[in-house]
Amino acid sequence: MAKPMEKITWQELEAGSVVTEIGNARQYETGSWRSERPVVEARQCIKCGVCWLFCPDSCIVKAPDGHFEADLTYCKGCGICAKECPVGCITMISEEG
Amino acid sequence: MDKFSVFSSRLVDKSENFTSGHRACQGCAEALAVRHVMKALGRDTIVAMATGCMEIISSPLPLTSWKVPWIHNAFENPSAVISRCESGMKAMMRKGKIPQKKINFVAMGGDGATADIGMGPLSGALERGHDMVYVCYDNEAYMNTGVQRSSSTPWGASTMTTPGASWKRTQKKNIVEIMAAHRIPYTATANIAFPEDLERKLRKARSIRSGLRFIHLFASCPTGWGFAPADAIKISRMAVLSRAFPLYEVEEGERYTINSGGDAPVYDYLRMQNRFRRLSDGDIAMIQEHVNREWERLNRKARG
Ligand SMILES: Cc1ncc(C[n+]2csc(CCOP(=O)(O)OP(=O)(O)O)c2C)c(N)n1
Ligand code: SF4
Ligand code: SF4
Ligand code: SF4
Ligand SMILES: [Mg+2]
Repeated sequence: MAKPMEKITWQELEAGSVVTEIGNARQYETGSWRSERPVVEARQCIKCGVCWLFCPDSCIVKAPDGHFEADLTYCKGCGICAKECPVGCITMISEEG
Repeated sequence: MDKFSVFSSRLVDKSENFTSGHRACQGCAEALAVRHVMKALGRDTIVAMATGCMEIISSPLPLTSWKVPWIHNAFENPSAVISRCESGMKAMMRKGKIPQKKINFVAMGGDGATADIGMGPLSGALERGHDMVYVCYDNEAYMNTGVQRSSSTPWGASTMTTPGASWKRTQKKNIVEIMAAHRIPYTATANIAFPEDLERKLRKARSIRSGLRFIHLFASCPTGWGFAPADAIKISRMAVLSRAFPLYEVEEGERYTINSGGDAPVYDYLRMQNRFRRLSDGDIAMIQEHVNREWERLNRKARG
């Protein structure tokens, strides 16, 4: 785990500011940006994976029963999955109230 | 979801080489484009990327979204840097200093980095014939610095430097023709709304092992173009279906193959975006004529 930027002193940086840990951006949880959240009506889901294909934040995952749902740790609530789902089984719901 | 075979997502690689936790705007189609490009290229890849949105959102120190060696570059430099990586690493392999391995040497830049600022170094790399892939992410303006027009911004679009009614009055530069004129082995356009076509082209570019292969990848930008993030794919798709951005390939600079059709009015594409809101119906009719002319020209080339 990389330390948060504000805790790092310049002496701890690698030469040339090289980052040696791959894909560590995953510790930055973009889910907090969201104002709406996608909710999948699992019974209607045909498991086509179109939502997964078009999520810019790679945060659609397969649930154990095979239907798709959003990983809310990273989901920014853009609504692309809901717009592209061919059977319309994803609804965007406000995070407030 | 028209014109798209629903279950084809099963053909797409499951690995993610560009991770969640990047800081692109909600609904950024360019970030989705990077995700698919990196699926197709795989992990044996070295990327040199020009500054721009995708560089900024993926590499805030000490974090990175990349799972491959990735080099930050000043605006004009990715072609020069990756061509030197290619020459240097191949020399070291020849001398037995590092193991023999097939590596994809890849330069990436936005439309500003490619069509304007990095054009010289890119042309140099093309002429030297390096074994490399160049991916240009085209969101039709300098987005990272707040939506300034580039030479890839289309006629009719308002930006911060062509504001409001002073919308851009020159045509989009045809970067593919410039690449084809260098007689490189492979040049192709791609669009994020057609991810299977995109990945096929990237895999083809990867499989050719000599000369530069160029992918011109169209991706919409909700922030810069003015539309709701949820429409990012729909609008990218409309660019193809209205023929404003046709999908095609050029081999050896002369064999043209068209991969897309569609006859949607360009009006439907333009009216979905705020950046074109100042255009009159007459202006849009002129754009339609231009699109028709370009489509005819492309078809003539494909007929040979
Ligand atoms: C020589 C130089 N000029 C200007 C800049 C400032 N700058 C950084 S990113 C950027 C915009 C990049 O536009 P583009 O290449 O289209 O990528 P996008 O952000 O749209 O993805 C600009 C103007 C710079 N870094 N270097
Ligand atoms: S709302 Fe956007 S970020 Fe969230 S899962 Fe759907 S496509 Fe991904
Ligand atoms: S797009 Fe809709 S139907 Fe297809 S897997 Fe996702 S939620 Fe299920
Ligand atoms: S400004 Fe546009 S291209 Fe840049 S991160 Fe935001 S949506 Fe993506
Ligand atoms: Mg750009």
